Amino acid sequence: MKTQENSSKHVIIIGNGIAGVTAAITIRKLSDYCITVISGENEHFYARTALMYLYLGQLRYENIKPYEDWFWQENRIELRHAWVNRIEFEEKTLILASGETLAYDKLLLATGSQTAFYNWPGQESKGVHGFYDLEDLAKIEKATQRGGKAILVGGGLIAVELAEMLHSRNIDTTILIRDAHYWGKNLPKAEAEMVRKRLEQKGINLLFKTTLEQLEQDSEGWVCAAITNEQERIPCTFVGIATGVQPNLELVKNGSINTQKGILVDQFLETNIPEVFAAGDCAELAFAENRIEQIWYTGRIQGETAGYNICGHQVPYERGVPFNSAKFFDLEFQTYGSVNPEVNTEESSLFWQNEAGTASIRINYLKDELKTVTGFVLLNVRYRQEVCETWIREQKPLEYVMKHLKEANFDPEFHRRHEKSIQHVYKSGN
Amino acid sequence: MDFSEKTAWFSKKAALPLVLTWAGLLMALLPLFLKSYFISVLSATGFGLFTLGSIWYIYLKFRNTDSANLQHYVWFNQFSARRSAAWLLGIILTAFYIVLFWFPEYLTGLIRIFDPLSFLLRGRQADEWFLYGGLYTLAILIMGVRALLKYQSSPYHKWRTVSIMFFQLVLAFILPNVLALFKEPEFYFSYFWPLKYDYLFPVSFENLQKHPGGLTTFMLFWTVSLSFLATPILTYFFGKRWYCSWVCGCGGLAETAGDPFRQLSNKSRKAWQLEVAIIYPVLGFITLTTALLWLNSYYKGGILGSLSGGFAHTYGFFIGMIFSGVVGVGFYPLLGSRVWCRFGCPLAAYLGWLQKHFSRFRITTNGGQCISCGNCSTYCEMGIDVKWYAQQGKPIIRAACVGCGMCATVCPRGVLKLENKKPEGRYEPTSFIHAESLRIL
Ligand SMILES: Cc1cc2nc3c(=O)[nH]c(=O)nc-3n(C[C@H](O)[C@H](O)[C@H](O)COP(=O)(O)OP(=O)(O)OC[C@H]3O[C@@H](n4cnc5c(N)ncnc54)[C@H](O)[C@@H]3O)c2cc1C
Ligand code: SF4
Ligand code: SF4
Repeated sequence: MKTQENSSKHVIIIGNGIAGVTAAITIRKLSDYCITVISGENEHFYARTALMYLYLGQLRYENIKPYEDWFWQENRIELRHAWVNRIEFEEKTLILASGETLAYDKLLLATGSQTAFYNWPGQESKGVHGFYDLEDLAKIEKATQRGGKAILVGGGLIAVELAEMLHSRNIDTTILIRDAHYWGKNLPKAEAEMVRKRLEQKGINLLFKTTLEQLEQDSEGWVCAAITNEQERIPCTFVGIATGVQPNLELVKNGSINTQKGILVDQFLETNIPEVFAAGDCAELAFAENRIEQIWYTGRIQGETAGYNICGHQVPYERGVPFNSAKFFDLEFQTYGSVNPEVNTEESSLFWQNEAGTASIRINYLKDELKTVTGFVLLNVRYRQEVCETWIREQKPLEYVMKHLKEANFDPEFHRRHEKSIQHVYKSGN
Repeated sequence: MDFSEKTAWFSKKAALPLVLTWAGLLMALLPLFLKSYFISVLSATGFGLFTLGSIWYIYLKFRNTDSANLQHYVWFNQFSARRSAAWLLGIILTAFYIVLFWFPEYLTGLIRIFDPLSFLLRGRQADEWFLYGGLYTLAILIMGVRALLKYQSSPYHKWRTVSIMFFQLVLAFILPNVLALFKEPEFYFSYFWPLKYDYLFPVSFENLQKHPGGLTTFMLFWTVSLSFLATPILTYFFGKRWYCSWVCGCGGLAETAGDPFRQLSNKSRKAWQLEVAIIYPVLGFITLTTALLWLNSYYKGGILGSLSGGFAHTYGFFIGMIFSGVVGVGFYPLLGSRVWCRFGCPLAAYLGWLQKHFSRFRITTNGGQCISCGNCSTYCEMGIDVKWYAQQGKPIIRAACVGCGMCATVCPRGVLKLENKKPEGRYEPTSFIHAESLRIL
């Protein structure tokens, strides 16, 4: 079955996250290449997205592995638990931390990202941690077992995940948020307000328009206070850094590969060096306004695209209609298409929320004659991806969408339905 | 439950209900060791205190659960994480089943406590089966309250739990006993062949016919049509769940008393292979036996002779007692809550086969939204690796799925939805994910 030409090729993938692993699986499906996946963090692929559930006692490490361990060997994907120290692109080899040299024919860089620290004085103190990998989690576990108060820096998803974790251990938590409202870039004000309320109901303190200036440490090197831009001093025993992530470029920084913020790739996810590809959190899409996409779903689609191109099928990267989801404590958040009409002057939106402020629907549309629908933002309401994406792609007018809203509903059986309420808002607005 | 709340209330508010629960339990069990009128009164009071205390405790612990915190701390808990307390509980439960099946005389003291209730319901003394039925129903009711509170954020779970509690209390406990009071045959309307395999054995028909009358005829009609008419029809429209997680008493106990242990089910491919290797032969065996017994009765004992009674007995012993009782319930804290339903129940096999091939039911995956977090698989009591399908954008259609809905409830991204839709294209995956067509079984 093996063709000579094929099986002689060796693909090495650095990084066993969603991008690297999806590429490996895609390549296995398409070819008979030898595939080696190398990762320094751990041996098996695990869901980074599920790290918080380990801390909550909701899952154990074995539960967050998306594949059973036999999967890799059965599909002839070799796993190496090792750090790669250097890549010699001319010789097509890479050198592991142990000194061992491996040769490759094609290479995929899927090294992910790392927490962005902004050189705050005192950031090296004990008890100051980002939240990205298993090592961070272990450190957070240790630091927070000391009890006391926690400060989180950053107004995004990771900050809320950390808040939920600390809340479960009864740790008093304050979040410093630079903007005037939560997750300013992505959430319209009304939704941000709903999230704020929920967090405050849970006892989380939110300080808006506040940034971190510096950290103080005690005589044993543990962090003991944070100083804000307002020169307020807040005592604490733990500081979680959640100011975002940046591509992990350590391995390629001094090489001949082109980078800016991330590893620059063309639409086939190939770098400036032929047969060297990059995908996932570490890739910067030079062909698409230098976007860096650091979420799970795009990591998967990029990994898949890289896999196709590594196997010689020329498949350009297409993200499709963007989508995302998250959960802020018990507020489920889902978006399709454009998310925030407040930053886009060509858009307007239809908005409904329930009386308790625990569920909302926002339908974004262009301010044109037809009111072409461009996106959905949902809190504690679920819509079908297939349906929303088709409407957005086919540029359906608002009227059409309002008429067919039922088809989109994905809420569980016996749940209260909301179509009537938003249709009511729509009618009263016209 | 929130840990913050836990620590805050634990010391103060929970003390009294916990004392009531434990003291009640000890008092209730006294007749096992001592006998006197006073002890009986004490024991009856103990049952009351135990019920009161445990429900109070459960209320304090679960009243504030929401859709995000309902499975917090599961793997830190002595019982639900299969630590030493779980082993101890497993041993106690198993011991109870062994005594119940083989040495019921040791339970006499406790059985007597149930006499007043037994006289009230069925006009005669309690026996060990009446005791068992009573305790079983009590467990479903108390832990049903727990399920109602714990899953208060999900209307699906609320209705399902109410349904289970109703069927256990009314159809599986009160009604059969009241039938006995009116000298009608003891009959369970919520159980039928092939779970109650003997309901379709010739001897049951003969027995029922010994009580001639409209009701008996109705019972015969009821049991035959449930097995061969209602089951395929209801399963076609709703999937196996209409029975396994809405009606059945075994399922009822698993969903309520077994809930703290649901995550212990084995999710490995090996366990799945074992499941298929056991459950279908069990169904085959029962079908074959039923057919043989009918042939036998047709030929007036010419085929099996006296063997037939012997068979029913042996099977009843191995499957009914050891499997569904000792392993099925006794091992809850060790193997999870649905071992019997998954590996041993012939009705589950029958329903599962129908669900897989002739049903509108499926669990739909919402496009490419799955983040492979593993919550769904972990909390699937049937050991189905739900995320295997979800992360590929495929619908979950598995014979084993009892439609408990837990995978959808624990999914932090709202990716899964149980639904009944037209069967065409039921297996079609989403168009959003393509990569993984590698198969596992
Ligand atoms: C706590 C948390 C929660 C998240 N939740 C969500 C969510 O809910 N939804 C969502 O869409 N996204 C979420 N994300 C983002 C998402 O997890 C990432 O976008 C995604 O995991 C990135 O995948 P990747 O394959 O690009 O890289 P990674 O998963 O980071 O994998 C990179 C791997 O490369 C290895 N590596 C790097 N350098 C080397 C080297 N020199 N030698 C050997 N190995 C190396 C590392 O060991 C690492 O394991 C979350 C992220 C975090 C941290
Ligand atoms: S797949 Fe979901 S609904 Fe089916 S048994 Fe498992 S958890 Fe319950
Ligand atoms: S379906 Fe939901 S619970 Fe299951 S792995 Fe995917 S995101 Fe997690």
